[in-house]
Amino acid sequence: MFAFIVRRLIATIPVLLFVAVFAFMLLRMTKDDPAAIIAGDNATADQVDAIRAKLGLNEPLWSQFFIWSSRVLVGDFGESFFFKKTVAELILQRVEPTLMLSLCTIILAVLIAVPVGVLAAARQGSWVDRIVMGFSVMGFSVPVFVIGYLLIYVFAIVLGWLPVQGYRRISEGFGDFIIRLILPSITLAVIYIALISRITRASVIETLGEDYIRTARAKGLPARIVLLRHALRNAAVPIITVIGIGIALLIGGVVVTESVYNIPGIGRLTVDAVLARDFPVIQVVILMFSVVYVLVNLVIDLAYSVLDPRIRY
Amino acid sequence: MAFVTTTLKRALAAAGLAALISSGAFAQTTLRVVKSGNLTILDLIWTTAYVTRDHGYLIYDTLFATDADNVVKPQMVDTWKVSGDKLTWTFTLRDGLEWHDGQPVTGEDCIASLKRWAARDAMGLKLWDFVKELKAVDAKTFEIVLKEPYGLLLESLGKPSSNVPFMMPKRVAETSPMEQIKSQIGSGPFIYKTDESKPGEKHVYIKNPKYKPRAEPASGLAGGKVVKVDRVELIEMPDVQIQANALLAGEIDMIEAPPHDLLPMLKADKSVVIDDWNPLGHQFIIRFNHVVKPFDNPKIRLAALYAINQEDYLKATVGDPAYYKVCAAVFICGTPFATDKGGEILLKSDFEKSKALLKEAGYDGTPVVVMQSTTLPILTNTAPVTKALLEKGGFKVDMQSMDWQTLVSRRTKKDPADKGGWNILHTYSVSADVLNPISTSYMVAAGDKSWFGWPTDPEMEKLRDAFARETDPVKQKALAEKVQLRALETAQYGWIGQWYGPGAHRNNIKGWLKAPVPVFWNIEKTGS
Repeated sequence: MFAFIVRRLIATIPVLLFVAVFAFMLLRMTKDDPAAIIAGDNATADQVDAIRAKLGLNEPLWSQFFIWSSRVLVGDFGESFFFKKTVAELILQRVEPTLMLSLCTIILAVLIAVPVGVLAAARQGSWVDRIVMGFSVMGFSVPVFVIGYLLIYVFAIVLGWLPVQGYRRISEGFGDFIIRLILPSITLAVIYIALISRITRASVIETLGEDYIRTARAKGLPARIVLLRHALRNAAVPIITVIGIGIALLIGGVVVTESVYNIPGIGRLTVDAVLARDFPVIQVVILMFSVVYVLVNLVIDLAYSVLDPRIRY
Repeated sequence: MAFVTTTLKRALAAAGLAALISSGAFAQTTLRVVKSGNLTILDLIWTTAYVTRDHGYLIYDTLFATDADNVVKPQMVDTWKVSGDKLTWTFTLRDGLEWHDGQPVTGEDCIASLKRWAARDAMGLKLWDFVKELKAVDAKTFEIVLKEPYGLLLESLGKPSSNVPFMMPKRVAETSPMEQIKSQIGSGPFIYKTDESKPGEKHVYIKNPKYKPRAEPASGLAGGKVVKVDRVELIEMPDVQIQANALLAGEIDMIEAPPHDLLPMLKADKSVVIDDWNPLGHQFIIRFNHVVKPFDNPKIRLAALYAINQEDYLKATVGDPAYYKVCAAVFICGTPFATDKGGEILLKSDFEKSKALLKEAGYDGTPVVVMQSTTLPILTNTAPVTKALLEKGGFKVDMQSMDWQTLVSRRTKKDPADKGGWNILHTYSVSADVLNPISTSYMVAAGDKSWFGWPTDPEMEKLRDAFARETDPVKQKALAEKVQLRALETAQYGWIGQWYGPGAHRNNIKGWLKAPVPVFWNIEKTGS
């Protein structure tokens, strides 16, 4: 197992190297000019030139890449063109909101989707199954921002039960923290509930058709035990896979929700950086996302061996 | 009996105090404001972005400032005098001016601040052509010595908009103008809380307890800057719909400039007040690229001006006539240098004249590349109007859509339009930026030193110089008129209408000053 983990971690090096080169070159090939954006609307071309020189954007591409990559290797991610703060500092400030939103979303999604999926599988073809599948299709089809605006209108504007927007850190009080995460988490969870419940249903239905389930039933085990202990556990591998992929997607996919609810997380930072052509921030955020994907996949692989003793590395 | 009375009085006083405290009268008042853009750069010389300028007005102070009637008034300056030959200007600072770190403000600080500003600002650069030297006379007094009389010295020092000559400590102002400052110490009415501010989330300012406002009542950007709240938070909230919802729900107190299409919704709510804090408004601009075909030909530029008309732009962008005004004057209707002369051609399209001029100029039908910004809502509809009008006037038009950031990157390119360059762009200015021929950056016609589009016109530069030298307001007005006529004769650019972008605030907010810049002194907030 340890050798497997080491092998997988070493395998991430070429992936990250490729991502770094790709992100760097892609941004430079856009021919966008952060200096022009920094200078503002009333600036003259001379002023833009001077800022460009100051930021080192007039250097040859290979030289810019060499400087950036050699700094990244020693843990120096550089400084934002705009904020005059280190990229690491900016990202650290934004990690908590995104992590907390993702965590609440995935907990909510799993707590609802897995039981609902199991229920739909157990009552295959019934009205419960149809409702779950109907909701699932709707969850996939309705855009996140529509759900967000709808929830805001009903629960924040009309009923006034919850805040419209914003984020409070846990250190500012748990009540304030959690109340601002309710609507964003529900908004974001809808699609994951749809996805996980659908996969759970399909996986459990498949497992329920296995011989050992028939044997368990023949032994006279109660239906609840058969369903939860035998069917669900054996159906867990695809469910865990989709939850894991969901977590990875969440980290990079909260952009819309963070924008709709004005949550200052990594998603908003990415959008702001892209709009401002803040190259140092964009490059590191892309790298970070790729690290998250790689690590989440590693954890999923390790989880397989825990859930299914036949899988050994 | 006396003991009983005294005890009763004390008990009542204590009860009253307790009631006051519980009613929130002593509670900290925080003004939560959403600006029209994110504050990313804190050095107001490094960028001309308006949001950075507004940050400057919170924490810095100015030597002079313009009042509600656009008259320059002293601000940090107590007294000033000018020598008989109009070459030596002596300024004495008010008593008790202090930086946020407790150090006194000195003439040396002001000299260093002015030098840094003049290295970057268009009006500062022009002033510096006339400056011989600056010297500190004593701790509170400094002099500006000119090579020859200059008519806009006070107007330059009291320039209201980007870049504003804000005063900062000498050690900070000595930072190269090509590098960003790292300190946020000013002497203004608010103190920036670096430790509490989080870029992309919020910026926090607290009341400067040591600030000494002038005795005069606040007027425009001048007068006593009396702070009536304890704290200002600039909340960064990019989504305009969420801004409106947050205001309706009372989560924020003010929105600087909600989009025009949201105003009816906000107006309909009794808890919200629409407030036109900037009576001068803004001006739309159409800019030609003078260095590439076909607009290197002045007749073709003129043909374009004949094809357009202000009303069509204003209807398409603002919509509600309550918030726009057609105005033939380049230097903003209702201000001292405004004149209608020659500007009539911008009020009504004359497609036949446009076609005739194109024929005369030998226009070969090469498509004109019009850049359209799709991410600044107020500008989005300008390009389609230009396309429609120019096509009616005989042009072929290739409108290319892009986000604003791509547009500002591309506008720096002098390549031919079909090789990554451009022919036409649209933008807008706060009217306070375009009140005279020197502060109006679009009027500079000095080739590479001009604003994007790079017009070259020695005659225009002569007129601007003459205006700068002139000290007689009547003669200045005549020169401003000549500048306008020259700009139209050479079709240097087009001013395509004035518009107003009111703010919105909760009805417990009072005292938002009428000024070209949103400022937060004088504002009162009742309740929490």
